[in-house]
Amino acid sequence: MVSSAARSSDGSTVPYYSDAGPRPGILGWILSTDHKRIAILYLVCILSFFFTAVTLGVLMRIELASPGPTIMRPQTYNSLFTLHGIIQIFLVVIPAIPTILGNFFLPILIGTRDMAFPRLNLFSWYLYMTGAVLVFVSVFISGGPIDTGWTFYVPYSLRTTVDVPLAVFAVFVLGMSSILTGINIVTTTHQLRAPGMSFFRLPLSVWGLYSTAWVQILATPVIAITLILIIVERWFGVGVFDPAKGGDPLLYQHLFWIYSHPAVYIMILPAMGVVSDVFPVFARKNVYGYKAIAFSSLAIASVGSLVWGHHMFVSGQSDTASIVFSLLTFLVAVPSAIKVFNWIATLYKGSIRVEPPFLYALAFVVLFAVGGLTGLIQGALATDVQVHDTYFVVGHFHYIIFGGMGFGLFAALHYWFPKMFGRMYDRRLATIAWVILFVGFNMFYSTFLVLGWEGMPRRYYDFPLRYQHLQLFASIGAWIMVGGLLTMFGNLIHAFFRGEKAPANPWGGATLEWQIPSPPPTENFEQIPTVSQGPYVFDDEKKVRR
Amino acid sequence: MTIRTYILVWAGLLALTAATVIAARLELGRLSIYTVIFIAAAKSTLVVLFFMHLLEEKRLLFKLLLPIALATLAIFIGLTFTDIAAR
Amino acid sequence: MPGAEDTMDTSRARIGMWLFILSEILLFGGLFLLYCVYRYRFPAEFRSASTVLSVADGAFNTAILITSSFAVALAVHFLRLNRPKPVVDLLTGTIALGALFLIVKGSEWADKFAQGLYPSSPVLLARSKGEVLYFGLYFVMTGLHALHVFIGICLLSVLAVLTIKGRISARHPAVLENGGLYWHLVDIIWIFLFPLFYLIA
Repeated sequence: MVSSAARSSDGSTVPYYSDAGPRPGILGWILSTDHKRIAILYLVCILSFFFTAVTLGVLMRIELASPGPTIMRPQTYNSLFTLHGIIQIFLVVIPAIPTILGNFFLPILIGTRDMAFPRLNLFSWYLYMTGAVLVFVSVFISGGPIDTGWTFYVPYSLRTTVDVPLAVFAVFVLGMSSILTGINIVTTTHQLRAPGMSFFRLPLSVWGLYSTAWVQILATPVIAITLILIIVERWFGVGVFDPAKGGDPLLYQHLFWIYSHPAVYIMILPAMGVVSDVFPVFARKNVYGYKAIAFSSLAIASVGSLVWGHHMFVSGQSDTASIVFSLLTFLVAVPSAIKVFNWIATLYKGSIRVEPPFLYALAFVVLFAVGGLTGLIQGALATDVQVHDTYFVVGHFHYIIFGGMGFGLFAALHYWFPKMFGRMYDRRLATIAWVILFVGFNMFYSTFLVLGWEGMPRRYYDFPLRYQHLQLFASIGAWIMVGGLLTMFGNLIHAFFRGEKAPANPWGGATLEWQIPSPPPTENFEQIPTVSQGPYVFDDEKKVRR
Repeated sequence: MTIRTYILVWAGLLALTAATVIAARLELGRLSIYTVIFIAAAKSTLVVLFFMHLLEEKRLLFKLLLPIALATLAIFIGLTFTDIAAR
Repeated sequence: MPGAEDTMDTSRARIGMWLFILSEILLFGGLFLLYCVYRYRFPAEFRSASTVLSVADGAFNTAILITSSFAVALAVHFLRLNRPKPVVDLLTGTIALGALFLIVKGSEWADKFAQGLYPSSPVLLARSKGEVLYFGLYFVMTGLHALHVFIGICLLSVLAVLTIKGRISARHPAVLENGGLYWHLVDIIWIFLFPLFYLIA
């Protein structure tokens, strides 16, 4: 299939962001069904929401830098950690890699021109923006911003006088967006692969996105109905979670975590896929154990949907359930460990080039390992009793989500930036930013692990004097970390405007996106390629001894 | 598929509906809920295979979709019952 | 007929529709989970509460939805045979049956309200906890289902118009086929709701 690519006067292809098509200006962006433009829409919005939530976090750290009231009242603090969680989880971390990098690169990685359902793709973005607007409106609506924590536990979410229905309805809408994105990704992967692109020649980033999409489709509806039930309970008092009417508040927790645990795999699987794509390129060596990594993505997606009760060990659920969920939680660590071993084996005796994408991917592995190991401490019943609802948990999930998914996202941005925008960033500055970020991150969140172990409860506005030095130390780490974030994004944004032009394949990658121009033209490929080998075969590989 | 097949399926569904109403009237005790669920499953199978054309689908993917969803739901309910039934 | 004449686009759209159906199954699945738990806990109360419902109404509604499913399946059949006129007639029949379902359901609800049985009503709260939960689940589950019936009616109306205009045809059957799939899903959900609420022996 040869397309008639738009060409500029010197014969080179017109990049997707200049190709005006039938609509001028902003309309050409918000009405476009081109997967690359939709990806950029998501990128701009998600980064804006990310920095909004980071700001909320900074304010929280200022408040907690010293005991007693510092800059806000307790009620404000409750709303801050709630909104920080809602924005980061539902507006940033869950959608980020699938909607930005999945949208931009999935069609290119499999050798096609667009997603299976381009108009549905644009509609997903409209739903996403609707959810975002509703979240922000809910902050200012009568009653005040929501203060239940992002987990909306009953009975408090049924009784608090702030506007809960609007906020949870916003999350419901965001869930619909996520489901439709999942449907698009699964269908695209099954139906639109280029000739010769069998499932076992797919880049592992595609396996990551594909496994994630199944979780999006099957798990998200459960939180959708749960959120509707909160609204129905508040308005009509049906009684399904109300003990006075025979209801069981623990059933809310079951329904909530049936989605929200798999949700963390929605967050991490695409990031793991990115790491699996990046390491072979910067080790100039085929990935070790391709099939093991591919199947481990499916295993994590499926077994990860069976462990939700580990959030409820001290909630009053039965001992039987706790034991079963604890066992399953230990099981789900196995496929993740397989990935870590295979990544290390990929790097072993490779010809390593230390570049920013590699550094961020490496940081992912380290931070994800710390996060994963602290997860096992919580997965064991006896130790969980000690650390549940403390800063230990908060440290754990920031290691996993921010250290894992976040650094995975940063790795992906640094890896694919030249392809998306046709420019290269300052690699030295990117490395400096990485150092600042890594140091600040660990200063911040390792202190949380210590604080939690010492008994500091989470979501508390105030604390006894004995925690104040650790709290201050954590806050300083947080501000250093934010400095690293600003440096990193400042570097990328500067490169967007002023960076050197980047070639089609600056890193020497072997996957399909590196064979088209940087940035890609609207139709991606002039001719749909025929694939005859795996995604990590490098010409000079024979020179590398195994 | 012929129109005759559709008519037979429709008649079968109506017959099974009558059967399930009758079964509920009989004093089957504990067996009662399993019977009505079984009949409901049978009716759904007819709808899925014939009205929704799943019998005609050749690709493995289509045949796996419903089992995956139902297994997922069964596991969600089953694991929840490790709590409910043991408290 | 899927298979030989299947174009890539039709196949693709059908996969997407099935995946959407899976998500709907899980959506109702959360409510079925609640039903399982509370029926397990309050078997006698569920039984006694269910006597308030009319099995005749429920069975009649089941027959209506089954017949409407039959009608839309025939509509798809005739579309594949490139005969649009019976398609529109059958779709109209499906819509009419769907509307009749909603009318019967509405009258059932009205009857409950008239007896003072609605969430948080004093009459309901005077009953046992199991019965409160039974009616709570009854209204939420049949309500969500009725909403889906309503959406289905709107969808089928649009499909009927598109068929009249020729935008849906034997060469572009996907939208009608997928709309049919949605309607069958609505039918299947009711196939389970009926015995769970009306036929507790």
